[in-house]
Amino acid sequence: MKSLDELNRIREESLKKVNLRQNNAQYRVLVGMATCGIAAGARPVMKAFMEGIEAEHLAVTLQQTGCIGMCIHEPIVEIIDQAGIRTTYLEVNAAKAKEIIESHLKKGVILDAYTHVTK
Amino acid sequence: MERTHVLICAGTGCTSSKSLELVKRFEEVIRMKDLQNEIKVVKTGCFGLCQKGPIVAIHPDKVFYSHVTLADVDEIVNEHLYKGRPVKRLEITDIDEETKEAIFEFEKIKFYAKQKRIALRNCGLINPEDITEYIALDGYQALAKVLLTMKPQQVIDEMKKSGLRGRGGGGFPTGNKWQFAANQVNDEKYVICNADEGDPGAFMDRSVLEGDPHSVLEAMAIAGYAIGSTHGYIYIRAEYPIAVERLKVAIKQAEDYGMLGENIFNTGFKFDIEIRLGAGAFVCGEETALIASIEGKRGMPSTKPPFPAVKGVWGKPTIINNVETFANIPVIFNNGADWFASIGTEKSKGTKVFALGGKIVNTGLVEVPMGTTLREVIYEIGGGCPNHKNFKAVQTGGPSGGCLTEEHLDTPIDFDNLIALGSMMGSGGMIVLDEDNCMVDVARFYMDFIVDESCGKCSPCRIGTKRMLEMLTDICEGRGTMQTLTDLEALAIHVKDSSLCGLGQTAPNPVLSTLKHFKHEYLAHVIDKKCPAKVCKALLDYSINKDACKKCGLCAKGCPTTAISGVLGKEPYEIDAAKCIRCGACVQNCPFGAVERA
Repeated sequence: MKSLDELNRIREESLKKVNLRQNNAQYRVLVGMATCGIAAGARPVMKAFMEGIEAEHLAVTLQQTGCIGMCIHEPIVEIIDQAGIRTTYLEVNAAKAKEIIESHLKKGVILDAYTHVTK
Repeated sequence: MERTHVLICAGTGCTSSKSLELVKRFEEVIRMKDLQNEIKVVKTGCFGLCQKGPIVAIHPDKVFYSHVTLADVDEIVNEHLYKGRPVKRLEITDIDEETKEAIFEFEKIKFYAKQKRIALRNCGLINPEDITEYIALDGYQALAKVLLTMKPQQVIDEMKKSGLRGRGGGGFPTGNKWQFAANQVNDEKYVICNADEGDPGAFMDRSVLEGDPHSVLEAMAIAGYAIGSTHGYIYIRAEYPIAVERLKVAIKQAEDYGMLGENIFNTGFKFDIEIRLGAGAFVCGEETALIASIEGKRGMPSTKPPFPAVKGVWGKPTIINNVETFANIPVIFNNGADWFASIGTEKSKGTKVFALGGKIVNTGLVEVPMGTTLREVIYEIGGGCPNHKNFKAVQTGGPSGGCLTEEHLDTPIDFDNLIALGSMMGSGGMIVLDEDNCMVDVARFYMDFIVDESCGKCSPCRIGTKRMLEMLTDICEGRGTMQTLTDLEALAIHVKDSSLCGLGQTAPNPVLSTLKHFKHEYLAHVIDKKCPAKVCKALLDYSINKDACKKCGLCAKGCPTTAISGVLGKEPYEIDAAKCIRCGACVQNCPFGAVERA
C-alpha cells in the first residue's frame, strides 16, 4: 500500500462485501419465497434480481420473505425505499424483474402497470 | 451476487459451544441447496451476548439466533435462507413492556439498545481474518490521515483533546503518556500493547483481539508515529490461543498490504509488531513486570520512577497501552477528538466495555458510555439476577477492586466515582452477587487469587496477603474473633500503603470494601458463628425435619460419613452433628426437601 488512493480503492471494492450487514442500502427488495412463491416461479425472479443488482453495482439488498397471503398473485416482489415506502409488484417473472431493475432500482420510476391485479 | 450473509460467532465463548462445527454444517447444507453463490458464511468475533451462544446472525434480515445447535442448521437454511421465514423459536427476543408483544429486531432488544459500541464496533460484524473487511469499514483510514496530514505533536494533541484514559485499570490520560515518551530524545523507542488480561471474569481484551485485531495494529502504528517508535510488542497470554492466532494472521495481512513494515504510505515511516507470549501471571499486567517479562527476565515489578516512558523495555522510552485503549484510537482520528470528548462524563470520556458475569441473566460483553449507571448496566442490559433472587452486590475491578451495594446502583460509572466508593474500574470485570453469595467468602476468594499471584518481591504483599487469607479463612471456618477483624483491617491498610506495585497496593480492596459495606456479615460469622448466606460450610448446621421426612433412607445411603441414622420406612432419620462433615450430600439426595440448613 503506497497511497491513500489505493486504500480507498480497496475500501470501495470491499464495501460490497460488508454493505449488506449495514443499514445503508438505497432499496430493499423482498421476493416472496414461500411454497406458493417458489411454485409460481420465484427462484428465477430471485436469480434475475441477483444478476441485475450485481451487474449494475446497485446499493440494494435482496431478501427473501414468506407468504403475504395473496398466493394467487405470486411471485410477489416488494421494494422498500429508505423512507420506508413500499411498492408491491405482482406476478413478476424474470423479464419483468429486469424491467423493474432498469426503471425502479436504477431510475426510481415505479412501474405502475405491474402493481395491479390482472387475474 | 451475495444476497445474504450468515455471521457465526467464532469467539472463545461460542467456539467452546461448537460454533466452528456450525460453520461447517451451514456451508454443507447451503451447498446441498445450491445456494453457495448467493449466501456467504462468515466467521466473526464476539457479539457480546455470550450467555446465549452460539450466536448466528443473518444479514440483511437482521435476525439473531441464539443457542443454535447442529440440528437447527437444516431448518434455518430451508426455512429462512431458502423460503424467507425466520425460525422464530431460535430468535433472540425481548418482551415489550407496554404492548406485551415480543420484540424481534435486535437493535431494540434491551441488551443492545442501551449500548454504544466504539471499541467493539467491528466485533460480530466483520471477519477478523480478512483485512479487506476491516478496510471496508474505514480501517486504516486513521493511519493514513495521521501519516499523510499530521505531525507527531498534532497526533498527541488530538489524543489529549479526546480525553481518552487508559482502559486497563489505571485510567491515566493516554495523550499525556504519549507526550512523556515523545519528549524523550532517543534513537529507539517502543510501543507495547498490554494484552495480559488477568482479572478473573474480564475478557474484553480477548474479544477485541479475536474480533477486530486490525484496530489494535492500526492504533499501535499511530502511537509509534506519535512518539517516534518503529517497533511494537503485543504482550499476550498464551492461554488465549484464538486471539494469538488471529493476531498472527492480522499482522501478516497488514504487512502484505503495506500497513506495517517499511515506508508505510510512502511517507518513510516504518513500524513492525512482534507478539510476545506470557505464561499467564497476573503480575505481568503491571507494566514494569510486563517489561521485565518481554526482556526474558522473571516477571517482577520494579520501582517507579523511572517510568517506562523514560526507561522502559531494553532501557528505552516505552509506552504501554491496553488493548481496549488502542481499539478506541482509530475512531478518534476518523471522527475527531471533539466527537469522542462529547461522549461520557466530564472527566471520563468515551465508552467502557464491561464483562458482565456472576449472578446475572445476560452474561456477556457490554459497551456503554461512561456515566451510565450501574443499575442500567445490571438491570436493563444485564437483565438482573436470575431465578428471582435479590441483588446483593456488584464486584468491579477484579481482585484490585471492591464490592458496591444496592445504594450505589444509581452512581454513574466513571473512573473517579468508582474510586471514591472504594472500588475501581479496573479492566472492566463486573461480577454480580446475589443473596446466596457470602461476602466474606467472596473476599477470601479474591485473597486466595492474590496469594497465588503475588510475585513475592516485596514483603507487605508476599507475607501480608498470606496472613490476610489466613484470617479470612479463620472467619469463614468459625475461628474468627473481634480481634481478627481489627487485625484484618489494620493489616489491609498496611499492605495497601506499603506494597511495591499496583498488585499489592490494590489487593486489600476486596477486603476493605466488604468490611465497609458488609460489616454485618463479618459480625455474624465472628459473633453468632453463622453464615447468613449459608455458604461457609463450617458454620452450617444440618438437620432433618421430622414431619417432612418420608423415612426413605436416601439421605443415609448417600452420606459419606454414616452420620445419618434411622429405620427405613419406620422412623424418621436424624443427623449426628459430631460426625457430620457438612458436605451437603443429604440435601441433594433428599427428594422431599426435608433436610434443612441453618
